[in-house]
Amino acid sequence: MSQFGIPVPRGKVASTPAESRAVAKEIGSRVMVKAQVYAGGRGRAGGIKMADTPEEAAKIASCLLGTRLVTHQTGAEGVPISRVLVEEASKVHRELYISVLVDSTTRLPLMMASEAGGMEIEEVAQAAPEKIFKVSIDPAVGFQPFQGRKLAYGMNLTGKQVTEATKLMTGLYQLLMTKDCCLAEINPLAVTADGGLLALDAKLNFDDNALFRHKDIQELHDEEQEEPLEVQARQWGINNYVKMDGNIGCMVNGAGLAMAVNDLIQYCGGSAANFLDIGTLNTTDRVVNAFRMFVADSGVKVVLVNIFGGMARVDVIAKGIVEAYQQMDIPFPVVVRLAGTNVDEGKRILSESGINFIEAEDFYDGAHKAVQAAKGQIK
Amino acid sequence: MSILVDKGTRLLVQGITGGEGSFHTQRCIEYGTKVVAGVTPGKGGNQILGVPVYNNVERAVAETEANASIIFVPPAFAADAIMEATDAGIPLIVCITEGIPVMDMVKVHSYLKGKSTRLIGPNCPGVISPGKCKVGIMVGEIHLPGNVGVVSRSGTLTYDVVAQLTSLGIGQSTCVGIGGDALPGSTFVDVLKLFNVDNDTKAVVLVGEIGGTFEQEAAEFIRGEMTKPVVAFVAGSTAPPGKRMGHAGAIITGIAGRASEKIKALSAVGAMIAPNPAEIGLTTKKVLDGISA
Repeated sequence: MSQFGIPVPRGKVASTPAESRAVAKEIGSRVMVKAQVYAGGRGRAGGIKMADTPEEAAKIASCLLGTRLVTHQTGAEGVPISRVLVEEASKVHRELYISVLVDSTTRLPLMMASEAGGMEIEEVAQAAPEKIFKVSIDPAVGFQPFQGRKLAYGMNLTGKQVTEATKLMTGLYQLLMTKDCCLAEINPLAVTADGGLLALDAKLNFDDNALFRHKDIQELHDEEQEEPLEVQARQWGINNYVKMDGNIGCMVNGAGLAMAVNDLIQYCGGSAANFLDIGTLNTTDRVVNAFRMFVADSGVKVVLVNIFGGMARVDVIAKGIVEAYQQMDIPFPVVVRLAGTNVDEGKRILSESGINFIEAEDFYDGAHKAVQAAKGQIK
Repeated sequence: MSILVDKGTRLLVQGITGGEGSFHTQRCIEYGTKVVAGVTPGKGGNQILGVPVYNNVERAVAETEANASIIFVPPAFAADAIMEATDAGIPLIVCITEGIPVMDMVKVHSYLKGKSTRLIGPNCPGVISPGKCKVGIMVGEIHLPGNVGVVSRSGTLTYDVVAQLTSLGIGQSTCVGIGGDALPGSTFVDVLKLFNVDNDTKAVVLVGEIGGTFEQEAAEFIRGEMTKPVVAFVAGSTAPPGKRMGHAGAIITGIAGRASEKIKALSAVGAMIAPNPAEIGLTTKKVLDGISA
């Protein structure tokens, strides 16, 4: 952010209490110690604390580091704190909100500002929509000063603050464009006691599709902050895997169909252990790895394979299932529904392999049988 | 009739010499699509699958009168390919490529403004008018010519929906995959407008999903202008917020992005909501029986 001219508090990241003490000493005044995790709602959850002395900063850091933080945006198990940010505490007069994102309706970048900072923007949108000001940005000319003034006056800024805010928003827009963000949000943006502006907290969402041209951002990635099974899935070449709470492991081709399978399982009275889009494949490795995922997930009691071959060939999937049975002990029933490209060949491979699986006629039958199997009604 | 593609479509394939490009070109030709040209920079002058290859789109259009393009170019170069086809004056571009950066698409949309080119996709299965023309990667055989229009953000879920329709004897006028990205070239509203004035389309099946507000915009259009019945399903009722469910656009970042909100909006304007994804065909049958009764 400071690279783009956005004023941020002085501070440094520390991973031990001693480092925290040293940073606080260097700053030389009251500091805030903030848990560095991929989740919002840290303040309310006790992940942000104030320290008057370097000793106190070290003490807070030792309480936070190595523990897990549970906020309303994390699951009940929380996320691990392996680093804290120690930064200068500021005297805050007012808290504002600024963000820029790509708006899917206009297909243009949209800058939003509100004087109701410190709370979630959706809450503001519901409670006081008149307090949110928006401008669409033409990418051919970029963010314009008149747009900055409009938003700054909307936040009831005055005098020099208006110019300062415009500069800050221009920087935020440049950050969005240069770093391929889907969202760049400063919340809160503090108006300090002396009238200056300071970005106290921020959230940047980077576009996964653009990471190939941003090595620096890829390096920021912290796998410790993620669900371990999701990290494992990526290592095994399964990029579209999301862990869920149920007991039916799902392997589907296509994201829309995968979501629909999970919905249908719920409709039939069960619940999915994961979302898994196997994608298009020419080899069986990914299918075998998907089964490794199911075996690794202690929550899985049944597996449902639902494939409608288009680009993905059903016979390759079938071979993959047979290989999975050969390579590992499959301790749960497997329901298989196959349709589409090369379906007859796929069905022949499965039936001739002699593996024990439950065949499903169609989409509904697959989900229904998986739910029955999860309840122990069929095997 | 039908919409977007038919017997008059003269297709150009951008990225025809790549693995996916050549595989699907073959499938399109087998389905009966007139593939008149291919473009791969540096491979001009060759032939592949009996189709002449050109170095650029402008030249290909000048020599073959191609009037539609399908794009299989890798994500880092796909935005450039879309703009090249637009510049050459091609009226319909179908972009299959998945994984184009959002900012590239912001630039593409800015470039498309004021031009008459229509973009379908990216990250989509394409468009098919059964029995006439296939400009996409969908399985041709599951389709049946008929009078129901299908528009969807998904690929394989659409195949299942089409298979459900076909097995009930319900044919399709045209099936359009608008794609799973956050910034699609054409939205539900764009495609509903076309179905609304197509004589061959009697009803439309709309398959939405979580993320964005495209379904709510479709609901607004249905309320105000749609004269034909709409059957709808929205995937992702069980998707957790904040997680990207495969598609770049399928992430619940706010209240409006939830499946329940979209279903509410569509239901409120009279769209018939399928109770589950396996009954989209049956729901359509009920609606059609209602029209003819």
